[in-house]
Amino acid sequence: MAFAAFGQNTGPSAKAPTKSGRVAWILLLPGLMYLGLFFLTPLFSLIITSLQVPDASGEIGRYQYGFAIENYWLVIESYWPHILRSFAYALAATVLALLISYPLAYFIGVKARRRPLLQGLMLTLVIAPFFISFLLRTIAWKQIFSNESWIVNTLQSTGLLAGDQYLVGTPFMVIFGLTYAFIPFMTLPIYSTLERLDIRYLEAGADLYASPATTFRKITLPLSLPGIISGTLLTFIPIAGDYVNASRDFLGSTETAMIGNVVETNYLQINDYPAASALSVLLMLAILLLVTFYVKRSGTDDLL
Amino acid sequence: MHKLATEFVARGADLELIGIRKEYPGFTAIENLDLHIPAGEFFALLGPSGCGKTTTLRLVAGLDEPTRGQILIGGKDITATKPHQRPVNTVFQSYALFPHMSVLENVAFGLKQRKIEDPMPKAQAALDLVELGHLALRKPQQLSGGQQQRVALARALVNRPSLLLLDEPLGALDLKLRRQMQIELKAIQMEVGLTFLHVTHDQEEAMDMADTVAVMNKGRIEQMGAPEKLYDRPKTVFVSKFLGQSNLFVGEVAESNADSVSINVSGNKITVPKARAENHTGTIAIGVRPEKAFFHEEEPQRASDSNLIGPGEIIDIRFTGVSNQYLIEIPAIGNVTVFAQNVGKSPVVELGAKVWVSWKVEHSFGLADLPANSQTESISVI
Repeated sequence: MAFAAFGQNTGPSAKAPTKSGRVAWILLLPGLMYLGLFFLTPLFSLIITSLQVPDASGEIGRYQYGFAIENYWLVIESYWPHILRSFAYALAATVLALLISYPLAYFIGVKARRRPLLQGLMLTLVIAPFFISFLLRTIAWKQIFSNESWIVNTLQSTGLLAGDQYLVGTPFMVIFGLTYAFIPFMTLPIYSTLERLDIRYLEAGADLYASPATTFRKITLPLSLPGIISGTLLTFIPIAGDYVNASRDFLGSTETAMIGNVVETNYLQINDYPAASALSVLLMLAILLLVTFYVKRSGTDDLL
Repeated sequence: MHKLATEFVARGADLELIGIRKEYPGFTAIENLDLHIPAGEFFALLGPSGCGKTTTLRLVAGLDEPTRGQILIGGKDITATKPHQRPVNTVFQSYALFPHMSVLENVAFGLKQRKIEDPMPKAQAALDLVELGHLALRKPQQLSGGQQQRVALARALVNRPSLLLLDEPLGALDLKLRRQMQIELKAIQMEVGLTFLHVTHDQEEAMDMADTVAVMNKGRIEQMGAPEKLYDRPKTVFVSKFLGQSNLFVGEVAESNADSVSINVSGNKITVPKARAENHTGTIAIGVRPEKAFFHEEEPQRASDSNLIGPGEIIDIRFTGVSNQYLIEIPAIGNVTVFAQNVGKSPVVELGAKVWVSWKVEHSFGLADLPANSQTESISVI
């Protein structure tokens, strides 16, 4: 299962759960009830809704139970650019976040090890944005990059942007916003593996004729792979479903609408519940498929 | 087991440290170190933790930089080179085997970095040398401590370095395995002819394996030489304590002739040959090893070729297997330790018995410094 990637040890599980079996089930009960109530029930409801057909009255927003599997073909037909865009943005933002987070996490977890004060300060700075509401931060970015901002003015005057070009509403802006918002989710898991990285492995690498670059590639990188996998999953999955950054009210425009925005429009504005549900189920399946493939390919089972 | 060792060419190089000083913020790890290790020698750096021995090793490996001084390997100054450019390999105390690689990949790592041909067969041969060929595809954490240690050794040896550094690699092993590995290490060293620099705090290990032992204390080398020489004739209080045990007696020189000097310890005359004493005047410390001293239940005849003190009382007897350790309290002198082999009845005398202690003058040694408390003491270390 894909979520095994979050665990540190994917080795063989406990052997014979004989006597402790009943106690284990009792202890698991609250968690299982929670999952049943808040995950399986809504999921079931979502799937049922996605198959509904319009009510006989023909009124907007009124549906009855059916088995309209064609709902899925219809949404794919109408919204395949949004689905593709979602995953393209998610991929771009995840890669960018990784490129920014890894050196940051390496500095905090390895280089700043002997300076706990600096380490603590930098970790606090990574988490600090969470103290401000996510929406407020996104609006702040919209202000900073607004059409009248000095940044846009400067870019226009230097010719990097044409006179009628702006930043807000462009894919660049949306990917920027997504990357910014999810950097902490990438940094923290990578930091936690790098923080435990034994420096003596790096010394052994140097002792065995590996240059610093080779030591990084052959030793540091493979040993921090669990953190990279966790980080990329923790950023990619929520980004693919994000609907704030790409929304017209924030950093996006109609041209940047992602699958989340389409779900929002169908649910709250057009009241086409089956289409919105079908899109949600599709998003879930697509993410599940991609993540399973990714985790299998990255071979986390081989790690430690 | 060492049939493959013949593949390794003897090409150990000599190591020279000139005026090495290493300062860390707040303290000086090494004051001023000069050291020469001839090619092909098994050299042990012995000292307590914090004496600077591991720092010395790290400086040679290039993992730390000296504050000043020069490091030469095979006559070539390598002080300024990076660790991966040095013809040196280390067997780390913690082994530091890469956990994400198989045992074979670990051993082949250095060969691959230097683009040596056929790294895998060579790594396999090195694993066979340490009798772990059948475990080549395992992960290091699936091996026992002793096996990991041998993998670490193979990973270093396979590169045929000019100089092999051993950083207390046997410290984590149990006594029996440690003995076995000591014998194997020594055998491999003799066969491959590499220069070994072995850092350890285990005096038995150092004496057992090394051609030359340097005893290090507080960032300085106190004394250096063949293990037998160091043991027979320690020159400082520290060496006499750290290598084995010693009974030390402190007194003013009372008599001096052509061959020997004698001190007066509360009316007892203790003599040392001049050739075995560092100082011949003033207040000096004279020592004797506990196994070279004997006790007598009746006062023996005084002889010019032996020292005699007593009578005293046996206040403690410790059974250690092959010998008994007797602690004898001698009024006005202090406590003296005597080892006696358990060849007959054990113990030879009972607790509280009245005894005299004697030893041959030729077994005395005169030290260059005095014990910190400047009193006669029997020192038992480790």
